[in-house]
Amino acid sequence: MEKSSRRGFMGKAFGAVAGVGAIGSLVAMKKSWDPLPSVAAAGFTEIDLSPIEENKLVVDKWRGKPIFVLKKTAEMVAEQDEAESARDVVVNGSHYMITIGLCTHLGCIPAYRPGKHNFLCACHGGEFNASGIEIKSPPPSPLVIPPFKIVGSTVLLGEEGPEYQKMKADGVVA
Amino acid sequence: MAHFEKATSIKDWLNQRLALDKVEKVMASEYWIPKNINFLWAMGMVLAITFTLLLVSGIFLLMYYQPNVDTAFDSVNYTIMQEVGFGWLWRHIHAVAASVVFLIIYIHMLTGIYYGSYKKGREMIWISGMLLFVTFSAEAFSGYMLPWGQMSYWAGMVITNLFSAGSLELNGVVEWIRGDYVPGQAFLNRFFMLHVLLLPLAIIALIGIHFAALRIPHVNNQDGEEIDFEVESKKYLEGDKAGSKVIRFANDFMSKDMFVVSVFLMFFFYLTFWNYGFAMDPVNFDPANGLVTPAHIYPEWYFLWSYEILRPFGKDVGLIAFAIAQVIFFALPFMDRSQNVAPANRRGLFGIWFWAMVVDLIVLTAMGKLPPEEPYSTIGKIAAYLFFVLWIALPFITKSEKKL
Repeated sequence: MEKSSRRGFMGKAFGAVAGVGAIGSLVAMKKSWDPLPSVAAAGFTEIDLSPIEENKLVVDKWRGKPIFVLKKTAEMVAEQDEAESARDVVVNGSHYMITIGLCTHLGCIPAYRPGKHNFLCACHGGEFNASGIEIKSPPPSPLVIPPFKIVGSTVLLGEEGPEYQKMKADGVVA
Repeated sequence: MAHFEKATSIKDWLNQRLALDKVEKVMASEYWIPKNINFLWAMGMVLAITFTLLLVSGIFLLMYYQPNVDTAFDSVNYTIMQEVGFGWLWRHIHAVAASVVFLIIYIHMLTGIYYGSYKKGREMIWISGMLLFVTFSAEAFSGYMLPWGQMSYWAGMVITNLFSAGSLELNGVVEWIRGDYVPGQAFLNRFFMLHVLLLPLAIIALIGIHFAALRIPHVNNQDGEEIDFEVESKKYLEGDKAGSKVIRFANDFMSKDMFVVSVFLMFFFYLTFWNYGFAMDPVNFDPANGLVTPAHIYPEWYFLWSYEILRPFGKDVGLIAFAIAQVIFFALPFMDRSQNVAPANRRGLFGIWFWAMVVDLIVLTAMGKLPPEEPYSTIGKIAAYLFFVLWIALPFITKSEKKL
């Protein structure tokens, strides 16, 4: 009886030591898989909007992801509804769609069809309009607008400017 | 201390220390296999041989492969393929075996389903086998990342995005898995580790468990007959080999096993030398580029059926359907409510269920390869629905099954 309770104590002691060790190692293992600081700090991208032509998609890169910049024609702006206009980035009177160029379904890059003014994702057939709003399933949400700041005729991606914060306040971006 | 005598031979010396004779009996000459089986029972050995081919060819590839986003592509497509003597052989063996191993796994699984080899004491064989299937799938996927071609990159992007769990938008989880915003160096390195160390270790451990799970219930037979292995093996050892329903695993059953393996190896090396193209997607011969998606992203043929279940639905429903499809086969021993262990063709409705499932999986596979256009989308959607209808129907049709 005395022996078995002593063994019981040793068992519990080992359990406690192993438990603390297990939790500690899980924390270390989780942290080891986190993006490295150099990756997380991966900088900002500046895009000069002045040379961009209307209805011609420009693809840049921010944090390894493709960025779509589409300058809309006056016709396209005239035709669009409020929800679409709310997503426009307006610089010097011109309307731009600026989004991360990854389909919100599973992350393929949709292709722009200038004739139809929309995007088609080849992976699963999803479509987005020229404002990046999904118009055909399976994508569940619009193309994501990255944090941006307007500086003169350029946009700086990675920093939240007042226009981006307004979109945030209006619920256009999450 | 145990008592040891002066050894009469090297074998005796080892025997006293390692009980070699006893091990040989337990593992081979007195491990009993029913006589009433056919060539489909050799698939386990075929799989063991294919795994060995993967392991050996992998060891040679590992000596030249470089897990670095700048050099990985060339280390495979230039160094291994063009510079290393017979490097192409290891790569073709590895690629063909990775594809063919799934063909054999599917035959092995369907054989088990057809003959009812997953129930009445054989549940753990089935479950450990399913764990092997899942681990092999992860092994195949992680290996597919390594050449760092366009398909590697975009398959990596699409599959890791699944972990954002649809509308839950768990982008932090996805970035944690990748170690980056997009698949990059950290991603390639960790999938390399998984592919060459952690997952192979898990596979080897699971193979051990899978074999151990066979010991007590024993191998099933063509009629699902319950054999008293004690009685039958005694009969055999007493000399009534013709009257006994069982034979020794080695060398008796092994000879048949290895004959099937020979036929398989001829087919395998025919593919390796003359028809390896199916295992090497042309798109993956373009280096990874995060700014260009291939026109049409599809997985290797063995993942197509579950990919097609993902495709026709919206994001959340698709993900849930996909997740269920990945694990539903684990539940087979418990969804089948019938006590009968018999070939499907003697089990009434279950026979129809079995063949409907086979046809449905083939249709899903075919539709998964075709572009997401009509009429393929609709056919794929119907096949995806049928997959779930069949699983929902299974407990009902097996419950009403007549006892054989």
